[in-house]
Amino acid sequence: MDNEVQDQPERKASRKSVAFTDEQLVVETDGSVTIMSAAEEPKETAQSHTPRTPPLSAALEAFAVADPSSQAAADEAAPPEDGGLDLSLLKKKKKKKKVEGLDGDAEAEDGAAPAEDGGLDLTMKKKKKKVKKVEGTEEDEFTAKLKQLEVKDTEGAEEAQQEEGDMETGTGVWGHSESKTIPYTLLLSRFFTVLSQKNPDHSLSGTKSYKIPPPQCMREGNRKTVFANIADICKRMKRTEEHLTAYLFAELGTNGSVDGNRRLVIKGRFQQKQIENVVRKYIIEYVTCKTCRSPDTELNKGENRLYFITCNNCGSRRSVTAIKTGFSAQIGKRKKMQG
Amino acid sequence: MSIQPADRCFSPIDPFAEADDDTGDIKKVENHIHIRIQQRNGRKSLTTVTGLPAKFDPGKILTFFRKEFACNGNKVNDEKAGEVIQLQGDQRKKVLDFLVDKKAGLGLNPDNITVHGA
Repeated sequence: MDNEVQDQPERKASRKSVAFTDEQLVVETDGSVTIMSAAEEPKETAQSHTPRTPPLSAALEAFAVADPSSQAAADEAAPPEDGGLDLSLLKKKKKKKKVEGLDGDAEAEDGAAPAEDGGLDLTMKKKKKKVKKVEGTEEDEFTAKLKQLEVKDTEGAEEAQQEEGDMETGTGVWGHSESKTIPYTLLLSRFFTVLSQKNPDHSLSGTKSYKIPPPQCMREGNRKTVFANIADICKRMKRTEEHLTAYLFAELGTNGSVDGNRRLVIKGRFQQKQIENVVRKYIIEYVTCKTCRSPDTELNKGENRLYFITCNNCGSRRSVTAIKTGFSAQIGKRKKMQG
Repeated sequence: MSIQPADRCFSPIDPFAEADDDTGDIKKVENHIHIRIQQRNGRKSLTTVTGLPAKFDPGKILTFFRKEFACNGNKVNDEKAGEVIQLQGDQRKKVLDFLVDKKAGLGLNPDNITVHGA
């Protein structure tokens, strides 16, 4: 709410639309956010998505992409900002088409863009079987659209498709005799395609994202927030609810209680985004392994009151700081009177 | 420990003594700055800054904050947390910027500062 504004002004616009859409906001360990349509089986978000190769944009533009993608997803009208968007939105078939159309226009307009997008499409095709079907229909639409456009534009797009197709066979831009300089983005995309083909483990390990369902927040009355799916989230993270609750309360500087349906009732007004940020911090602090970044860890009490995280993936063990509430100021004289 | 010369080995700190994690922790925490936020009624909030290094005068910092951020604030002496600066409104970002800024601010190490709250 008001607390948030100064921190991330760019997110402000999307917040309201994101909060109650049926898409699933997915938090990743590196702090990026992906949106998927809730129509898919929700469990899929946890596992089958993880092994997918990251969108190229992740490599091209680091993490910055994630935010615009969530924004664009929130309001469909907004044109995509880059190719990376498409990948993250692939699941949403209907919406995706729209996006694709827009993307196509953008591609045709300037010559440099298609190259990047073409490379992207290719990577998609190879990595995701599911996508293929969708891709086919889109390609048709895409080409149909292109035909309507003027010759000059189609040329550019053709070039893009040419570039797209022959990366492996070594023709076109990739041909041996080809003297044209290959743009950096294309080379980069080729690198990632080849890497994912030849050495999938390698390309996955660094960017394998960890996904949990978004926290569901509801307002209870005027000054209480209900965190509904805390049990689910905790189960995913293999942490006790008490631990996460304690962390939430310490970070948010409030307190609260658990209601009959094991939902968490937090005093104060918080929005999903805020809770999400805190949960993300929690994941970074208490869930992911610092050495291999795997979320497959266990938290247990070691000797002398310290908590230790043991990684099931690489076997490393580290201690984590205890949750501390810290200083909390006295607010209002009346509160003080009450105790 | 191992690099220390022999005579230093008998320093009052016994490395093999039972680790008293409480006292050990507090010393570490002291030079760590926490910036927290507390919700008040309505859309109001309160920013607290704890653990500022002793070499800085909290009063001077406070007056600067008040002037710069156009907010009221005060400093409180807390038993556990020491001098605490309280500011009205959400000033976390600004405070962090000031603490980290090398030219106009205190030029502290960002690693020693944690911003809490959502």
